[in-house]
Amino acid sequence: MSQLIRVGMSEIACSRSPDVLATYGLGSCVGVCVYDPLLKIGGMAHIMLPDSSLSKTVTNRGKFADTSIPDLIAKLTQMGALVPRMVAKIAGGSQMFAFMGKDDKLLIGPRNVAAVENALAQQKIKLSAKNVGGNVGRSILFDLATGEVTVKMLNSADIIL
Amino acid sequence: MTQFADLSSIQLDAMREVGNIGAAHAATVLSQLLKQKVQMSVPRVSVTSLTEAAEFIGIPEMPMVGVYLRVFGDAPSKILYLYPKEQALFLAGLLLGETYKVRNILGEMEVSALKEIGNILTGAYVNAFSNFTKLNMISSVPALAFDMVGAIVNTVLADLGEVGDYALIIETKLTTSDSSINGHFFLVPDPDSLGVILKTLGVNGECHNSSGSGCRK
Repeated sequence: MSQLIRVGMSEIACSRSPDVLATYGLGSCVGVCVYDPLLKIGGMAHIMLPDSSLSKTVTNRGKFADTSIPDLIAKLTQMGALVPRMVAKIAGGSQMFAFMGKDDKLLIGPRNVAAVENALAQQKIKLSAKNVGGNVGRSILFDLATGEVTVKMLNSADIIL
Repeated sequence: MTQFADLSSIQLDAMREVGNIGAAHAATVLSQLLKQKVQMSVPRVSVTSLTEAAEFIGIPEMPMVGVYLRVFGDAPSKILYLYPKEQALFLAGLLLGETYKVRNILGEMEVSALKEIGNILTGAYVNAFSNFTKLNMISSVPALAFDMVGAIVNTVLADLGEVGDYALIIETKLTTSDSSINGHFFLVPDPDSLGVILKTLGVNGECHNSSGSGCRK
């Protein structure tokens, strides 16, 4: 039986086929899906902020791109996945409120995307597809049987990465 | 800094009371604007884990209109209004007047009207809050998004993650007498602001007895 595993803001979850990992209502946050196609093992991280150095006390490593992605990779490796086989797909990082151009805090979406791409590159994980930016909210479903990531938006058709 | 999770019940009560005063003024203004009675719920003060914030309102994928403002000054905070789309359009129509015909799209005019309502309500709320606490507060221009409610709430709360894992949310529901409008109104103080507000209210966490009557000011 396939199970639907929900990943909340700042959480990391890993599982194997035929489970589905899902996160709903990504705004400025970024959903990172990493998959080992041979073993059909995958993990999802729901990242809120780009950089843990912003925070004085890092109570939850899952919140930040630079700490969450190494943790996600470590978990997958423990389950037997191998870094050279891993592929990543990312979605989210939008700017929901269009105006406040100069307010750094509101440009957090694009900054999250850049930080995630950087962290993936550092871990030598290939980024195979992305659906990021804009000003739309997204939900993502990561099917571990196929490695497909379905991106749902309110006013447009589903996109499959 | 005051940690959200450590708040005593008397401190939560104090926050509820300031929320009450602010929302009462906002409700009065809304009722004048709509020319009908507006009912206000007792504010709900809750400490929510950021992990579950997307579900705070209900189904995270439910489409809603969010109007968002920042409050600057002595106690920086965020203010968010959420309405279902039809109600938002209806509300915009009321402000736009008799010559305006309600449409089913959120065009420039509707967006502008909703932002203005956000401005007016926030003005009333912040003024009352500021008079009561003697804290200096001023609000930003409003921003509007129509999207999944989870995405709106996540985006508004994301930067709180820099300092903690929780958000303190003061929520009030404003309902017109015919229930045509049923909006949620949220005030979310920045983490550092919470201590400032509690201090001006005289409940800054120096209590050693459960009643809180021995609080040092």
